[in-house]
Amino acid sequence: MNAFLYELRRAPLSAKFGCTVVLFYIAVAIFAPVLAPFGESEVVGYEYQAWSTENWLGTDSLGRDMATRMIYGARNTIGIALVTTIIAFAAGSAAGFFAAVMQGWVDQALSRAVDVVISIPTLIFALLLLTIFGASVTSLVGVIALIYATFVYRIARAVAMGIVVMDYVEAAQVRGEGLWWIMRKEILPNAAPPLVAEFGLRFCFVFLTISGLSFLGLGIQPPAADWGSMVRENASLITFGDLTPLIPAAAIGLLTVAVNFIVDWMLHKASGLKT
Amino acid sequence: MQHLFRLFVQRLALGLLTLFAVSLVIFLSIELLPGDVAQQVLGQSATPENLAAFRRELGLDQPAYTRYLSWFGGFLQGDLGHSLISGLPIKELIAERMYNTFFLAGFAALIAVPLAVVLGVVAALYRDTTLDKTINVVALTAISVPEFFVGYILVWLFAVELGLFPSIANLSEDASLGDRIYRTFLPAMTLTLIVTAHMMRMTRASLINLLALPYLEMARLKGASQRRLIVIHALPNAIAPIVTVIAINLAYLIVGVVIVEVVFVYPGMGQLLVDSVAKRDFTVVQTACLLFAATYILFNLASDLISIASNPRLLHRK
Amino acid sequence: MTQDTTPLLMMQNLQIEGLSEDRWTPIVKGVDVTLGKGEVLGLIGESGAGKSTIGLGAMGYVRDGCRFSGGTVHFDGIELTTADRETRRNLRSTRIAYVAQSAAASFNPAFKLIDQHTEFPVRRGLMSRKEARQDAISLYRQLQLPNPEEIGFRYPHQVSGGQLQRAMTAMAMACRPDLIIFDEPTTALDVTTQIEVLSAIREIVDQFGTSAIYITHDLAVVAQMADRITVLRHGSEVESADTASMLNAPQEDYTKSLWAVRSFTSAKKAAVSEGQTPVVSLKTITATYPGMGKPVLDDVSIDFHAGRTVAVVGESGSGKSTTARSLMGLLPPVSGGIELGGAPLAPDFRKRSKAELQSVQMIYQMADTALNPKQRIRDIIGRPMTYYRGLKGRQLTEEIRALLHSIELEPDQYINRLPSELSGGQKQRIGIARTLAAAPKLVICDEVTSALDQLVAEGILRLLDKLQRDHDLAYMFITHDISTVRAIADEVVVMQQGQIVEQGPKDQIFAPPFAPYTGLLLSSVPEMDPTWLDRVLCDREAKRA
Repeated sequence: MNAFLYELRRAPLSAKFGCTVVLFYIAVAIFAPVLAPFGESEVVGYEYQAWSTENWLGTDSLGRDMATRMIYGARNTIGIALVTTIIAFAAGSAAGFFAAVMQGWVDQALSRAVDVVISIPTLIFALLLLTIFGASVTSLVGVIALIYATFVYRIARAVAMGIVVMDYVEAAQVRGEGLWWIMRKEILPNAAPPLVAEFGLRFCFVFLTISGLSFLGLGIQPPAADWGSMVRENASLITFGDLTPLIPAAAIGLLTVAVNFIVDWMLHKASGLKT
Repeated sequence: MQHLFRLFVQRLALGLLTLFAVSLVIFLSIELLPGDVAQQVLGQSATPENLAAFRRELGLDQPAYTRYLSWFGGFLQGDLGHSLISGLPIKELIAERMYNTFFLAGFAALIAVPLAVVLGVVAALYRDTTLDKTINVVALTAISVPEFFVGYILVWLFAVELGLFPSIANLSEDASLGDRIYRTFLPAMTLTLIVTAHMMRMTRASLINLLALPYLEMARLKGASQRRLIVIHALPNAIAPIVTVIAINLAYLIVGVVIVEVVFVYPGMGQLLVDSVAKRDFTVVQTACLLFAATYILFNLASDLISIASNPRLLHRK
Repeated sequence: MTQDTTPLLMMQNLQIEGLSEDRWTPIVKGVDVTLGKGEVLGLIGESGAGKSTIGLGAMGYVRDGCRFSGGTVHFDGIELTTADRETRRNLRSTRIAYVAQSAAASFNPAFKLIDQHTEFPVRRGLMSRKEARQDAISLYRQLQLPNPEEIGFRYPHQVSGGQLQRAMTAMAMACRPDLIIFDEPTTALDVTTQIEVLSAIREIVDQFGTSAIYITHDLAVVAQMADRITVLRHGSEVESADTASMLNAPQEDYTKSLWAVRSFTSAKKAAVSEGQTPVVSLKTITATYPGMGKPVLDDVSIDFHAGRTVAVVGESGSGKSTTARSLMGLLPPVSGGIELGGAPLAPDFRKRSKAELQSVQMIYQMADTALNPKQRIRDIIGRPMTYYRGLKGRQLTEEIRALLHSIELEPDQYINRLPSELSGGQKQRIGIARTLAAAPKLVICDEVTSALDQLVAEGILRLLDKLQRDHDLAYMFITHDISTVRAIADEVVVMQQGQIVEQGPKDQIFAPPFAPYTGLLLSSVPEMDPTWLDRVLCDREAKRA
């Protein structure tokens, strides 16, 4: 932890900015009930009220407090994206490591199956699966995690392939070590650093995909507050020159930029150490 | 040359095989549906007689493989089946929208591809200068915000504030080309912005990877200028990576199109797909997905073939 | 060796820094180099001495992430560190040229050799395209490339490594520069190919009276090529003198230590008694890679006896490492058998018992990739003890400490370190310790000293010899380095293209009369004597006549 803080102090401004923003979002998400002035889906007045001291960002199409929905939205949108990314990474890297160690037909079978899934555009496949399983939070998380697990599989497999050819893995294999040992002790510790940076990137994609689906009305369902659907519900205000509906979209963008800044910094550090 | 031809044929066969596998995945996904389509469409209150009649009408009483063969076989011959909800032939529903979507995507690609490649090369050439850093920050921001954010910002700026373009891209069927371009301008710009950012970043990265190779250091040590280094020495080797980048992004364009069409209420395939998902019109969703996937596979196939054709190791065998 | 009085190149107090972890650290710390017209200077030093950086600096070039931080580089009166880009660029090819270590990576894969050759003579207006092509062909001929008329019209991937290296020398000559920088041009080549490239380079440099800086880590090579030698270490000059006096009377201790070639030779061991069962025995094994028709190993039989070392020598592609992989069960032989203590051993390692796996252990060439960078020394050495011998707790720690002692590393200091916190030689010692931790019978040493600097390598050989005596180990010692074989082997196996061409006791193999291939191999190994190359070439010429 101290080492991390030391590194952070020497980090470029963009990375510091990124860390600050991410910490702020996490704080808002955790303390949402304390921070929010109203209840998540509480109707507090007329529709589309202007900004005031009472309703900082006005009210939405149903007369709910926009600021409150923004705060709860942080919790829902980030939380769901995070859970999805974690599931995708757990499943994808386990399968990727497995394929890399086993090689042969196991690898072929897994890789070709993944090729097929990847050759269907992400959002299109998500739409197809959501038609079938219906739009609920569980099916949303399951479907997006499944799709992104295929991308993680490819990366994890490529990283693990680079590690499997190392002599220390061969040494462990001819020592007689089992599959589980090799995946856990030889590959995982060495694959972790590149995968962490990748986790940041993939989180951004998952986050944007889920927001996109919510915007299309097929993601996180009302009355839960969510940034993507908030834009959709209030979009008509824009034609009157009011940009309030874009605040949730900007919030999505800000978080993604922040995460990207951190990832760029991590990648830069990783590549700098090689030379 | 014969060797090259064999590689080409192999890739083509692989493309067809992928298309076949994808069709199978799409078909089987629908089979996963709890209950069956008739139950889903007619609801819980439907009488057994109604259900049976509906199943017979759609051929649902047939075994799965027969239905798959007639669906995919029909698809290959251009017979796309009927909508579950409206009963209209899907071909009719799609034809006009397909044209519109390709028009929009093509419009965006026409601007985005050259722009992105040039920006990528410039950023790589002037690596770590202020120019490069500026381009990068702008690109990073553009890929970080959701598509609908970019779309609405353009609407606000160009339609609401400046009143230059319409905020809704409704098209009449017999619109002139000029009118089409005018009405499609904002959605096309939205797509262009996002795709250019993605593509430019990837172009820059693949060029910089290339520049670290020993033979490009050699070119520098032979006295090549920076421009000659990039244009003469690096670009011939960069065709494959750049084409791959373009293919990935054209494919990305297809996905981006869905959301942009919804923002601008544009009568394209994406809009149709989203509506059909909401209505749970399985046959339309199924066919639209296959069409999107087929386009995607086609782009990847084309990029593979170009990469093969530009690789001296494959062109000139030992 | 006629020399003009004004030097062609003069580097004074040259300092170059590199960016590492966001900080500028010195790579070259104030080096002076003077080079007369027509003179060849050898730059020699171990890895990390800054040789290549100085060589590139002579062209006014620093790699990305490096910078000139002091001193001057005067080339024929022009100061290169401060000259503008245009000036520096115009000198390259025409007046200063560069020959890189890996020709295969340094030719652009998209163009034919001859087009890369003629690019600059034509662009700088020295020759027409046609003249440049004619000239290229005549240079190819002088460098003894096969089919000089046609070879230039091939793409780099269609030409072998040794030929590419000569084509690159030809390309450097294209504009008849005053100075050529040779950056380890033969390091990546086999010895029998190296000798051809060396003689070609020397001949053409002599003929055109070109000045050259010849960078290498191989003393015997530089002795053949250079008029004068500068020894470098850690970015500073150790000493500099003409070749003869440098070889005969080195002044500095460091130089002397480099010159002291393989003072170590393992003591002679008693002959194997008649009828003694070998620890491991390869019986006429043949192996193929999947999908390849031609066997990579053909009818290979070797016996390994306790307490004795069998050295397997050969060039790259000879099958020496493949033999080891077959023995380990990584590439199961398709015919023939492997015996462990007289009993048959399964060809595939997955089918071998724990005790069988334990008996045969391997030490790898690159300690960097052989040790898991995320495991501590305690775990690296402790795991085989736990896995094979069931050691735990205090007993395990005691054993680890004892083993660290025996490989001459202080346990308290090293037991909790990561591999990245060790030097190259120390890592290799840990690699050795890991195999010993398994208490094996046969240890395969795969080029264990070839990635190490001379002094360190010698320490490793001494350690291996000591351990062999202490534990009565059988060694299979794979190497391409003949002097290592002379130092440590009891028996020698010479391999070529997957077959054994000769095998027997060391004294017999290394004494005349030689088998033809063994003779070629032995005579191709460079010797310190500056006249060696001439002598060998003369001999070969005489034999051919």
